Amino acid sequence: MRYLCVVLTLLAMPLPAGGQVQEFVFENGLKLLVKEDHRAPVVVSQVWYKVGGSYEHPGITGISHALEHMMFQGTEKYPGGEFSRIIAEQGGRDNAFTGADYTAYHQTLEKSRLAVSFELEADRMRNLLLEEQDFTKEMEVVKEERRLRTEDRPSAYLYEAAMATAWQTSPYRHPVVGWMADLNAMTRQDLQQWYQRWYAPNNAIVVVVGDVVAAEVYTLAKQYFADLPMREIRPPRPRPEVRQAGMKRLVVKRPARLPSLLMVYKVPSYKTALQSESIADWEPYALEVLNYVLSGSSSSRFARYLVRGAEVAATASASYSLIDRLDGRLLIRAVPVEGKRLAELERAIYEQIDLLQTRPVTQQELERVKIAVVAADIYEKDSIFYQALVLGMLEANGLGWQRADEYVEKIKAVTARQVMAVAKKYLQADGLTVAMLEPLPLVPTAAQRAPSAGGRHGR
Amino acid sequence: MGDKGLFLFICLLPAAYAGPNIVKWQAEGGSRVFFVETDELPIVDIKVLFDAGSVRDPDEMGGLALLTNGLLDQGAGGLDANQISDQFERTGAVYRASAGLDSASVSLRSLTDRQALQPALANLARVLASPDFPDQAVARQKKRLLTALEAKRQSPGAIARDNFFAAIYKAHPYARAKEGTETSIEAISRADIIGFHRRYYTANNALVAIVGALSRTEAEAVAGRLTANLPQGERPAPLAAVSGLAAGDEIRISHPSSQVHVLLGQPGMARTEADYFPLYVGNHVLGGSGMVSRLFEEVRNQHGLSYSVYSYFSPRREKGPFVAGLQTRAEQQQEALQLLRTLITQYTRVGPTEAELRASKLNITGGFPLRLDSNAKILDYVATIGFYGLPLDYLDTYVDQVNAVTVEQIKRAFAEHIDPDKLVAVLVGPSDNNGNNNGNNSRADDKQERP
Repeated sequence: MRYLCVVLTLLAMPLPAGGQVQEFVFENGLKLLVKEDHRAPVVVSQVWYKVGGSYEHPGITGISHALEHMMFQGTEKYPGGEFSRIIAEQGGRDNAFTGADYTAYHQTLEKSRLAVSFELEADRMRNLLLEEQDFTKEMEVVKEERRLRTEDRPSAYLYEAAMATAWQTSPYRHPVVGWMADLNAMTRQDLQQWYQRWYAPNNAIVVVVGDVVAAEVYTLAKQYFADLPMREIRPPRPRPEVRQAGMKRLVVKRPARLPSLLMVYKVPSYKTALQSESIADWEPYALEVLNYVLSGSSSSRFARYLVRGAEVAATASASYSLIDRLDGRLLIRAVPVEGKRLAELERAIYEQIDLLQTRPVTQQELERVKIAVVAADIYEKDSIFYQALVLGMLEANGLGWQRADEYVEKIKAVTARQVMAVAKKYLQADGLTVAMLEPLPLVPTAAQRAPSAGGRHGR
Repeated sequence: MGDKGLFLFICLLPAAYAGPNIVKWQAEGGSRVFFVETDELPIVDIKVLFDAGSVRDPDEMGGLALLTNGLLDQGAGGLDANQISDQFERTGAVYRASAGLDSASVSLRSLTDRQALQPALANLARVLASPDFPDQAVARQKKRLLTALEAKRQSPGAIARDNFFAAIYKAHPYARAKEGTETSIEAISRADIIGFHRRYYTANNALVAIVGALSRTEAEAVAGRLTANLPQGERPAPLAAVSGLAAGDEIRISHPSSQVHVLLGQPGMARTEADYFPLYVGNHVLGGSGMVSRLFEEVRNQHGLSYSVYSYFSPRREKGPFVAGLQTRAEQQQEALQLLRTLITQYTRVGPTEAELRASKLNITGGFPLRLDSNAKILDYVATIGFYGLPLDYLDTYVDQVNAVTVEQIKRAFAEHIDPDKLVAVLVGPSDNNGNNNGNNSRADDKQERP
């Protein structure tokens, strides 16, 4: 019984006193979240906009991401690459990322320099120049990014094709980076309109975490952001996914060496669970636990039974998108080990799904997952960037940052029976998409093949 | 550039920004221990590092260091892999193993609560000192390594790196990929792995870095416990020095990707190089400072040729690489390579402007606190300081050292360390329409297709 004692003690452990999140909302609709963390003289500042790939429609896919690139191309006050130069001179790091449900810009700075970030972010929230010459050049960069990250990576290419197949009406079917044809056709005017439509204080959240005093951050934010005019924001039209009525399968053939498997089960996100009467609030958390039972550590079932055990997978992982804005997915990715076939791997995965549906997970597994979550919650406080990320993501997806505080308790409340219930309810073949990557030989394509083989060329 | 805009905000850090207080001692068995106490979070990060990276792979046995490292937790002290992972995870501890060229390590992140930490430490000590290397686990990990080799073969970036290192390091162990080759992996037996472990995972060859909410006494107990059962052993012989390149080279490898991956560089500097700061700061201007470097400004901002463009020194025990890189679509490969070559050559000859140097110094010194704002980052620094024998006050004097660098020093150091006439270029991808890049497949791609 010693094992159980350890478990109970750890699960009851009080969390270290982290700063509380303080929320402020300005008259122009801008929301400010501040979390004090005084461990190091550093501050993270992130500006989140509620716009991303899932706000787009066919023909303009990738526009949110392209706009994110253009946000670094200057305003009248800070033209050209001035933004990044100033942040760099301040010892800061800055960058941005675009997701399906948000676009976020971030700087990390020594704590006394937060005003630099606010000055620059407030400026580009409304005053972006979007010049033709910058646009033309930057679109080439975006296309290179797409080539780098999608076209030339078989696993990413498979993912893109799988999403476009799994989702029929949901905007999650578009890649965030956009289809190449859409990037080719995109105009500066498109971006201008997109910017006008979504970039406004009432569609933004500023998240600050670090060695700061919340009241002072409020004063500073007021100085820089409070006078920005609001804009009418028309939310994107609802595009719910239609009910899938049977398994979908696709094969993608690309020059590659490794076959791989991608399986997509459609499941509710926390947001859609809250909105739906037929989905209990605990279900997404049960899916989260189910995900950890399958994947994420050396003790999880995929590692234990597929990588070890049956020795059918070289790698296998699952991921569940708890905080998506729309209905989400449980994704399973796996690569067969040398000498095993995709079909064997797929069967082995179904066996694991079947087990989840027919037998409750063991008490020991459940506790392992819960302890991992409790511990991870503490470990994550080692990174102020991560803390800000969670708050921003929850807020941008309309869940509210308060969910971050509930997370551990909700996970602890999940039972083995609930895990089995969501496995039965959602991991059904009729709602599944199976994508397979079949490697083509890695030889240069005919159009690219040069007249003669030349081997190594001296300069 | 310069002082317009937010000039008012520019303020220098207080001159003496101290790093963490690093305490060093020797454990009973001879292991060196480096400890930093941070008490804000009830967690501890531990890394045990060995001079057991792939440079220690015997000839014809590439992959041995990596396999050995990855097998430590796949069976030890009579427990199988499942029991070992359960033992770590039942208290929320996270175990990781990692092998590079110079070193191999295991690390543990745990809550400091006694009930969590003690079983995790016992388990870690077992994994370090008493791995069983079960036959089945050895066979499994070898197969997984073969799969990892296949993954590299479909990545133009990985093919470019492997071929670049092979070309600039030739006969030196840095020329070999840590994953080895089909042939070398096949050749490795369980006995080889046991021998490698016995030879290199020893107390004298170990460095323990600890960062977290422990007292010095507790940290001593931790280090003692982790190294007590390691055999005494001895430090391996120093590595051979890296020879300079006799000539430059341009290597083209066909790959059916849409982009060409371009790498350009040569052997650069060792971690203990006297010119470390002039080279580091100098490269920061050239291609090390993300979105404001010269390369980024020219290649991406002016010409839109690549999404990512960079240069870096990766200092190692002996001369690590200096490398610049970008990726671009086939038609522009010549233009992009030429531009990269010109920028590096020019920089090596002329050095930075005073304004560029000032901007880089402001970035590095102003951002110094960012380098140390988490236990995880402090652990990495401490392990580096310990492993390469840097002075314990390395972080305390860091800002001063950066500020002391001059344009002249950078010019001299680059002239001494980088010869623009002997740069090695590797291009992996499709040929352009002029017949460029019609090379053979890479050395890493000489295997028949999978049936």
